Amino acid sequence: MAANMKAVKLRIKSVQSTMQITKAMELVASSKLRKAKERAETCRPYFHTLHDTLRDIAAGNTEFYSLYARESENPKTCYVVIAGDRGLAGGYNANVFKCMEADCQGREYSVLPIGKKALEYYRRKKVDIVSEEFAEIADVSVSDCFSIAHLLCSKFMSGEFGHIELCYTNFVSMLSQQPEVFSILPLTDLVGEETENTVRDLILYEPDSTTVFDAIVPEYLAGLIYGGVCEGLASELAARRTAMDAATKNAGEMIDQLNLYYNRARQASITQEITEIVAGSEGL
Amino acid sequence: MSTFPLKIGTPDGLLFEGEVTRLVCRSITGDLAIMARHVNFCTALGMGEAHVVMDDGSVREAACIGGMLSVMDGECSLLATTWEWKENIDAERAGRAKTRAEQQLAKTGLTDEEYKVAKAKLQRALVRLSVKN
Repeated sequence: MAANMKAVKLRIKSVQSTMQITKAMELVASSKLRKAKERAETCRPYFHTLHDTLRDIAAGNTEFYSLYARESENPKTCYVVIAGDRGLAGGYNANVFKCMEADCQGREYSVLPIGKKALEYYRRKKVDIVSEEFAEIADVSVSDCFSIAHLLCSKFMSGEFGHIELCYTNFVSMLSQQPEVFSILPLTDLVGEETENTVRDLILYEPDSTTVFDAIVPEYLAGLIYGGVCEGLASELAARRTAMDAATKNAGEMIDQLNLYYNRARQASITQEITEIVAGSEGL
Repeated sequence: MSTFPLKIGTPDGLLFEGEVTRLVCRSITGDLAIMARHVNFCTALGMGEAHVVMDDGSVREAACIGGMLSVMDGECSLLATTWEWKENIDAERAGRAKTRAEQQLAKTGLTDEEYKVAKAKLQRALVRLSVKN
């Protein structure tokens, strides 16, 4: 019985130290989250306006000289996958990968991972990786997004792939994060079916559509990727905070249960000792 | 004067949203002005001074660098890489950036990439300084 008590005591201690770690991680995540959330919120209007504007342009577009605006014959897709640098964030990373895999069924694809976890995952799966330069999502700045965009554009222009899709986690609220995949290139992929039959609004391009597309598409890509990174970072921290909060609560419950068990064991051993003493004194 | 809705956005947030009478900025081919009831229009922005005439006639100046300008069904959206209102420009910082870029350009043996970066930096600094003064 005494050995059992010792084991329970040790167990309580180890759970307690785990709880301390999860609690610290929760605090760190929530303090970082505040900043990340602000960044995601300031970036969001730009992100949405950019996407909506390009969709309108694509819907009204009647010129197909630019490779960016033409429907692509190359079935190969490049996914830009934005995941976290670290684990212990609940299902955050796994959800992004699952969402991306549901989308890529039956397609030939390569991946540009952003975030250490994404890089590790696709390396393990032996998927064709476009660039390993942008492994740390925490360090990705606007200028990095521009270099990613230029890289993608040059590969797109040289015909290495015919479609580019962005896979990121949308920061809906502190408690809910939604992984999403959407097409970013070519622009024809942006247009939904519902606009097919309506009259197209014609657009004036200055100086001409090819030059305009060549100039704005890299910016557009960079803007979308930056938006995705901001949202992704906020989502990761929110997911980690929730996960760590749950872990801390679970540890608390476990400690309560173990304490109960420990006290029972202690009582049982005392009762046993008393019985032994009484039995012994009767025998005298 | 009739007005039109304008949105100015950068990755650092939506900087302006409201009715204006005129927007003047520099595109990749030169300066242009947008007024109300413009046809659907799309162009890429260069680096240069920009100014916006508000509905009350006041003018706000800014430094606008890169991005795109589009007019869709009378609504104008200007998505710039950076857009700084005149009052927010840090002249000292721009001056420092200018001297740094000039020093860099004065060196010999730069790679094409370095040369391009330094030149772009110098141009940005000059735009900021010219707006500020």
